[in-house]
Amino acid sequence: MAAVFPKSMALSSSQRWISRAWLQSAGPSRSAFQDSKRNYMQDTSIPLAKYGGRHTVTMMPGDGIGPEMMGYVKDVFRVAGAPIDFEMAALNPANDSYEDLVNAISSVKRNGCGMKGNIETKMNRPDIKSRNVEMRNELDLFVNVLKCKSQAGIKTRHDNLDVVLIRQNTEGEYAMLEHESVPGVIESLKIITEESTERLCRFAFDYAKANGRKKVTLIHKANIMKLTDGLFLEVCNRVAQDYPEIEHNDMIIDNTCMQLVSNPWQFDVMILTNLYGTIVSNLICGLIGGPGILSGSNYGPRYAVFEPGTRNTGTKLAGTNTANPCAMLNASVDLLEHLHLDEHAQLIRSAINKTINEDKVQTVDLGGQATSMDVVQNIIAHIKKGL
Amino acid sequence: SVAPLRHWHALAQPIRHASGNVRTVTLIPGDGIGPEIAVAVQRIFEAAEAPIAWEAVDVTPVKNPDGTMGIPKAAIDSVNKNQIGLKSPLMTPVGKGFRSLNLQLRKEFSLYANVRPCKSIEGYKTLYDDVDLVTIRENTEGEYSGIEHEIVSGVVQSIKLITENASRRVAEFAFEYAKNNNRSKVTAVHKANIMRMSDGLFLRCCREAAEKHPEVKFEEKYLDTVCLNMVQDPTQYDVLVMPNLYGDIISDLCAGLIGGLGLTPSGNVGTGGAIFEAVHGTAPDIAGHDKANPTALLLSSVMMLRYMDLYDHAQRIETACFEVIREGQTITGDLGGQAKCSEYTDAIIRKLEAGQ
Repeated sequence: MAAVFPKSMALSSSQRWISRAWLQSAGPSRSAFQDSKRNYMQDTSIPLAKYGGRHTVTMMPGDGIGPEMMGYVKDVFRVAGAPIDFEMAALNPANDSYEDLVNAISSVKRNGCGMKGNIETKMNRPDIKSRNVEMRNELDLFVNVLKCKSQAGIKTRHDNLDVVLIRQNTEGEYAMLEHESVPGVIESLKIITEESTERLCRFAFDYAKANGRKKVTLIHKANIMKLTDGLFLEVCNRVAQDYPEIEHNDMIIDNTCMQLVSNPWQFDVMILTNLYGTIVSNLICGLIGGPGILSGSNYGPRYAVFEPGTRNTGTKLAGTNTANPCAMLNASVDLLEHLHLDEHAQLIRSAINKTINEDKVQTVDLGGQATSMDVVQNIIAHIKKGL
Repeated sequence: SVAPLRHWHALAQPIRHASGNVRTVTLIPGDGIGPEIAVAVQRIFEAAEAPIAWEAVDVTPVKNPDGTMGIPKAAIDSVNKNQIGLKSPLMTPVGKGFRSLNLQLRKEFSLYANVRPCKSIEGYKTLYDDVDLVTIRENTEGEYSGIEHEIVSGVVQSIKLITENASRRVAEFAFEYAKNNNRSKVTAVHKANIMRMSDGLFLRCCREAAEKHPEVKFEEKYLDTVCLNMVQDPTQYDVLVMPNLYGDIISDLCAGLIGGLGLTPSGNVGTGGAIFEAVHGTAPDIAGHDKANPTALLLSSVMMLRYMDLYDHAQRIETACFEVIREGQTITGDLGGQAKCSEYTDAIIRKLEAGQ
């Protein structure tokens, strides 16, 4: 069931491999999925790389503020004594070849999980595919989970938000299949498959059940895109019948955006396609206080990758010591929880919460005056107290 | 039929007529609460003595001589003749069914740009106080081209179409609009890091239009960044121009910031004329109960008056409407009051008569 690994790492064959592997859109677990509709997630509780009680995790710093933030993660882990060794996989955007990407992907496959910063995409070269998207497709990270909880210490217009976004992470509008049929006319394909939609919806309902959530809302635009979003809606309604204890409804995306700015408390768990997911996740992050706090987790049948929630490169803030490190640190806590290192996770999470909400040591984006280093030092101080 | 591209230059400026002439405007009464609010607007216009004559048409699809379902010829002829229309909400079924009537209207009259000014209404408090922006959305193609197929069983695709002509047209319109309405900045909203070729083309057309209008500032932002920043600080945006789907979502988001679709005006500009509309739904649950809020249609009709250069009448009607909302005595249920639609309309008419 593992994906076929190419013998040669030559550019053209890797490219062919990547596009061929994409076409097998349900990914490496395709036969597992077909065997039993519920068996879409393999057991990921036993991580793949653990020697002498220490886990090895791939770290991909990405661009912009990524490297800085990853540095802070390492510092915090060292102080907390988390048994994690990081394997660095640099992704150099100036390099056109796919070797970096293939190396990073195989590293994550070896280790089973990874942490990732956002990778800048050169817009003026349409032949080069976005590396972020490629990675998600290759590792079949079909779902992105964003837990949006209001922070008590941040002043916003909306308090006490608690919404979970379950967003489709592969295919959809991000299929990246475009062509110019006639000069001046460009077509871009949006692909929705029943299999991927079904496993996404099942993940959402199982998540809701496992976490005591009451309501799942599907966000779509089926009044206009009748076949594509219509299929999404149909599949979700069908899956909802297997979970009668969870309330289910659906809402059109434009209405959703309007409701989110006036009454966001009506939402509990939301299922979204790729593009609507990016819109709503950025919207909610904006409502909660900005891109610097929340972290997102990407799950697949075998692998998991953790990153800041809004996937910004933050190029303008690189090197200025003003970026908010909490998003990346929260992502690292998600990683620890995934590896069942709950003690360390709890230690770091409460340190972050105390820093933002009680001590109010906040960076500029949250309205404070502190530098990134100040925030990290404060978190480290709390960790030392807690040890 | 689509008018040649050169004519749209003339229509970026309002149509000028000698004052005193009565202009005929096509009125589409719509479904649900549509007819009630249309009547409210007509009464208010009468009280304001606006030189407008209304020609009501029905756009329910009929069978054409060739067997296809389409908008009746009488409606098409009316809009082509008058070149200005005011439309109340129409019903669109969700899921499989016939193609959206709104989309058909846009195709028929080549309404290529949708303009939605979102300004915070004094007297109706929302969590955002100082919103003042305009969203300009490409109206004919993009994700709403309606081209979908089931490739194999269980795999569906939808085609997003971006053409150079349409992108250039809407980009030019955005800059002309900014110039004519004293707006300082135009922001192009896109997702060209993912949709390289399609949004890349849109972005290129916007950049070219920006070079031709150096007095207006231009910037390009990713869709997610705009969403993130819009809910934190809407004052950093002025005019936004974008393709169809993003435009739909962002314009509804902005409408949410100022209080919802019940208060937001909207205008569609095309090569053959302009149609102004209320963008909220038909609200079938309150239809016929005199509970509807005509403000959206009224503000759209004010936009229409400004487009026709009748600034004086537009200002008076708008001021009367905002005063009634600010006083808060006779406002409809959705704004937190208990007045009926007719009472609200009467209050506005009283203000107009008092002001004259």
